[in-house]
Amino acid sequence: MEIHTDVICPFCGTLCDDIEVHVENGRVMEALNACKLGNAKFMSMNKKNRHIVPMVRGEDGFTETTIEDAVERVARMLVDAKKPLLYGWATTECEAQSVGIELAEEVGGVIDSCASVCHGPSVLAIQDVGFPSVTLGEVKNRADLDIYWGSNPMHAHPRHMSRYSRYPRGYFRERGQQDRTVIVIDVRRTDTAGIADKFLQVSPGDDYELVNAFRTLLNGGDIPDEVAGIAKKDIASALELMKTCQFGMLFFGVGLTMSPGKHRNIDNAISLVVDLNKYTKFNLIPMRGHYNVTGFSEVLTWQSGFPFGVDYTRGYPQYNPGETTSVELLSRGEVDAVFVVGSDPAANFPKKAVEHLAKIPSAVIEPHETPTTYLCDLNIPSAIAGIEVEGTAYRMDNVPIRMRKIMDAPAGLYSDREILEMILLKVREIKNGA
Amino acid sequence: MKEIILKVISQPTVGLEAENIAPKVFACKSSMEIAGLPIYEGNRERRLGDFFDVSGEAGEAEAETRIVIEGDVRLTKRIGQGMRAGEIHIKGSAGMHLGSKMRGGKVTVEGDCEAFCFQEMRGGVVHIKGNAGNYLGSATRGNWRGMRGGTITVDGNAGSEIATFMKGGKIHVKGDCASFAGVHMNKGFIVIDGRAERRIGAEMIGGTIVANEVEAMLAGFKPVETVKAPEIESEKFTGNYKKYSGDHADSRAKGTVWVKIQ
Amino acid sequence: MELEIKNGVVFDPLNKVDGEKKDILIRDGRIVEKLKGKHDVIDASGKLVMPGGVEIHSHFAGGKETAGRMLRPEDGARTVYPKRNGLRSGSGYSMPSSFTAGYLYAQMGYTMCNTPAMPPLFARHTHEELGDVPIVDKSAYPTFDGNWFVMRYLKEGDPDKLAACVAWFLRATKGLVIKIVNPGGTENWGWGKNAVGIDDPVIGFDVTPAQIVKGLAEVNERLKLPHSIHLHPNNLGKPGNIETTVETLELCREVKSANARQTVYLTHAQFHSFGGDSWKNFESKADELAKYINRCDHVVCDTGNVTLDETTTMTSDGPMEYFLHNLTHLKWVNKDVELETAPGITPFIYSRKNPVHSVQWAIGLELALLIDDPFKVLLATDHPNGGPFTRYPRIIAWLMSEPYRRYYMEERVHKGAQKGSSLATLDREYTFSDIAVVTRAGQAKALGLSELKGHLGVGAHGDVAIYDIDPAQVDPSKDFKAVEKGFAKTAYTIKDGEIIVKDGLIRATPQGRTYWANPVVDHELDREMLKDVEQYFKKYYSVNLANYPVQKEYLKRGREIQIDARDVK
Repeated sequence: MEIHTDVICPFCGTLCDDIEVHVENGRVMEALNACKLGNAKFMSMNKKNRHIVPMVRGEDGFTETTIEDAVERVARMLVDAKKPLLYGWATTECEAQSVGIELAEEVGGVIDSCASVCHGPSVLAIQDVGFPSVTLGEVKNRADLDIYWGSNPMHAHPRHMSRYSRYPRGYFRERGQQDRTVIVIDVRRTDTAGIADKFLQVSPGDDYELVNAFRTLLNGGDIPDEVAGIAKKDIASALELMKTCQFGMLFFGVGLTMSPGKHRNIDNAISLVVDLNKYTKFNLIPMRGHYNVTGFSEVLTWQSGFPFGVDYTRGYPQYNPGETTSVELLSRGEVDAVFVVGSDPAANFPKKAVEHLAKIPSAVIEPHETPTTYLCDLNIPSAIAGIEVEGTAYRMDNVPIRMRKIMDAPAGLYSDREILEMILLKVREIKNGA
Repeated sequence: MKEIILKVISQPTVGLEAENIAPKVFACKSSMEIAGLPIYEGNRERRLGDFFDVSGEAGEAEAETRIVIEGDVRLTKRIGQGMRAGEIHIKGSAGMHLGSKMRGGKVTVEGDCEAFCFQEMRGGVVHIKGNAGNYLGSATRGNWRGMRGGTITVDGNAGSEIATFMKGGKIHVKGDCASFAGVHMNKGFIVIDGRAERRIGAEMIGGTIVANEVEAMLAGFKPVETVKAPEIESEKFTGNYKKYSGDHADSRAKGTVWVKIQ
Repeated sequence: MELEIKNGVVFDPLNKVDGEKKDILIRDGRIVEKLKGKHDVIDASGKLVMPGGVEIHSHFAGGKETAGRMLRPEDGARTVYPKRNGLRSGSGYSMPSSFTAGYLYAQMGYTMCNTPAMPPLFARHTHEELGDVPIVDKSAYPTFDGNWFVMRYLKEGDPDKLAACVAWFLRATKGLVIKIVNPGGTENWGWGKNAVGIDDPVIGFDVTPAQIVKGLAEVNERLKLPHSIHLHPNNLGKPGNIETTVETLELCREVKSANARQTVYLTHAQFHSFGGDSWKNFESKADELAKYINRCDHVVCDTGNVTLDETTTMTSDGPMEYFLHNLTHLKWVNKDVELETAPGITPFIYSRKNPVHSVQWAIGLELALLIDDPFKVLLATDHPNGGPFTRYPRIIAWLMSEPYRRYYMEERVHKGAQKGSSLATLDREYTFSDIAVVTRAGQAKALGLSELKGHLGVGAHGDVAIYDIDPAQVDPSKDFKAVEKGFAKTAYTIKDGEIIVKDGLIRATPQGRTYWANPVVDHELDREMLKDVEQYFKKYYSVNLANYPVQKEYLKRGREIQIDARDVK
């Protein structure tokens, strides 16, 4: 039996790096330290029904094809398109993302990640008002107040509280949990709320009003007796905890980024955190979902200057979420081909966007069968990043970690990066030949 | 003033970027030269004449050139970008980034305009006879310096987040306005004749907004007084208005919102 | 591959070549005495020939650099670079994206760039990004200002383990230089506090900034590192900070240099040469710092010129960036890094009409003109803090032309600059040789890389910049515009003997080397020290020790500088 230690879990943005994986005869026997989500990801390696061969849609449904043929088809689709969309990227390593960006630039397309449907609003807010943040080790060593807003780590990031916030002992927090207070703000009493010291139940869609009330009180103003379904005294007492802590943290999730107001909720929440720095040390971290959605933003930003939704059709990067982002481009019918890498837009995009996706040429690289692999004209299965392929991923606090390879992919499967490199090469061949 | 007429003859499949449709570019050019100007359909460079029939005559200068567009150009972006003088008259609906960073001249749209029009405008006169999309007269991504001058009138309704980070000029919406009108506004003037959705004036630190009706005011707005037939920014308003200061979420707040008492 | 550069007017200060007509020969990437066979010839008659430029302090790549780009899409949209001739596209006025930064430096004749503040935990990011900066050789300076191991060993009085630990961090991060930013202040920023004086306590660690600076300066020499400590002292950007600056430099006076060079490198000196006690009576103290540096031989500094642009400030000095944000109310990024340091970012508009900014503009130039030996005062804007590196040609022109400076003093900047500084009284004009010192030779020497970089003697890297400026025709004092234009784009940039830029256009984009230092201390000591590291890691870091060191894969063309420091035990 092989024992792999210090393995990085390629599931959520917590990017735990202390997993011990036991592999015997190509089967994962155990994934110690992993949470139930991470464990499920490692255990899913043992499933039998893995696709190995690219599938292309013909008149009679899908038929198998070779990798060479599949690569050529994707390359031609991209070269023929006036405005192809290259979407996904959150569940692959940075080295593959980098090739994807070069491909998007080469074909004059738009490249976008799932940030545009999860934490894109956070980025827009950052770009308007800033981003006071810290790494998660700072939280562990210093924080005595953690706020989870619109985020339910018990289910979405199960080890977040045990590794960084609620439970661990830190340099200045020797007693661990006893030294820390947790506030949960959510529209319903989540399981995370169940272990919180204080829970504020905000009426659905009124998060912005609540932030506004916090800030108004903080700046010496007065507020009505009830805001966003919460009594003034509860708002005031929560605010008192924020002002008087030594080191406060705000963790926020899609409950805040995707509720009405979207980036403005975050914009105002960031400003609240900035204001709190007049009283104490306060910072925030977005609870990023997919394990490497952060890495994509980093790579795209240092290469192009912009973090997601980058339009290369004019030969230089243009950035305007709401215009250059996937859902809007598809819904408005502004793209004429779609290439998905490691994502499932067919399952989570709005109906209008999926309808356009179904109408135009499309292809996907994806290790598993998903609604998107059925919807696209062509799918290329790939090796699984972070388990069968090593490479870089960035944690939710932008800390870069190298993911380890713990087993070989089934024979015949290539990594996302290798497939993308083949496509890029083919694209150049076609362009030079034309 | 001389006039060039662009008649839509074909619709693009993925939208056009056409910053070349502007009085400054057209000035001193023949209709044939104008038809040969590059515009971009996705990653393909095309000719203006591929999508428009060009007739008429351009003026000797930007200020002497009027462009009339006949047909729907909802998918054509960047018309009149950066214009300083002259006129554009669109007899249909207009695409994104119409008149962005405009400094002068006149733009009229008979139909609607899409989102992100007249961003960071500094001067000129705009009349949208239909509805306007989101981010009308707003700042571009990341910029804290939004619209600084000029006037925009919308006969219909306007979308959300109009006039973000506004620093001057005036926007008049005769219909209703979606949420976050004047968010982060600093200076300038917004008048909404209809109903404004909630979060009007959010995070404003200066400037003035007048609304006939609001869905709700944020807690950060403090009622100051009630005024009968007030004169606001040298304009007279009839009826009784409630004056608020805000948004006191920000400690620097010096903004004003006037709401008519029904 | 062989190349002959014929008849150029050569300025090569390290070899005492001062404007002589001379041929430069390159074989297999190195400068040689003789060529063997058929070779390409560049006729450089009437052109200025210098070694490739060396950037000693520029935030062009790394974690906060990318955070700065992300913060400012409006800066990206301001300048875009289309994809063409096989070059990658990019964007950014004050903070160009990675590929673009490599191209722009090469077009100005630079062949080596060093990114000066790498939080160790983000080293992997820095190296990933450096891999996407084409052409130039490069290195990164890991930050040690708030390093918990360093502070612990200082407190325990264990200089040996301290040295071993610093060596380990250099190895783990693949870093070249010990960088110190606001010593102790960045740790105190973990509580929203700062350290403004060198004797302020560091909360929870019972050490002072003075101990950190002195301790690391001594370690630096015991490890025989190529460069000295690279220091951004406490109290940056505050009126009256000159006192702290001089006190800090004085800490290193008695430190013995292992490599016959300075023992402290003061970076962006402009930001540390302020007098007065408020913005109202703010004034230049460049004369005081210059006097100090002229008198001693343990200090080299760079100017940190302000270029009067809208820019993006980014430093590892978190409390300073928060202070700046409170001045301007512009958007603010903070990025405290566990156990290490605390970067921050905020946009800044230097205005010609602002008296303080105008004095800052003057200070950067005063320093260059008041410090006698150009090897002691190198040219840098602390890109992008004082302004983008693309402004170097203008700074060169200012240094070479008193009339150009006078024009700015009288016509362009706020009159406050005349009152608040001595610039108007300075008539010194830099020679081409001086310029060669402050843009390449001095950097290479200060970095301890002058065997390979910053000169055109036999054995040096075949890195050459050829500018379309004819010293026989151009009088820099009068023709300052020609100087500015000439230094903006080379006629040729040659890297390792390959023509990279011709007539200002990029022709090739090879991958440059990444230098890092590996001082090897006594094995036993190393093991003992690692036991402490292991224990600390488990308890306080958020990543496992096994996942911390930067793997070799991240250095596309790594160059290890191994140093025998086994006498440290």
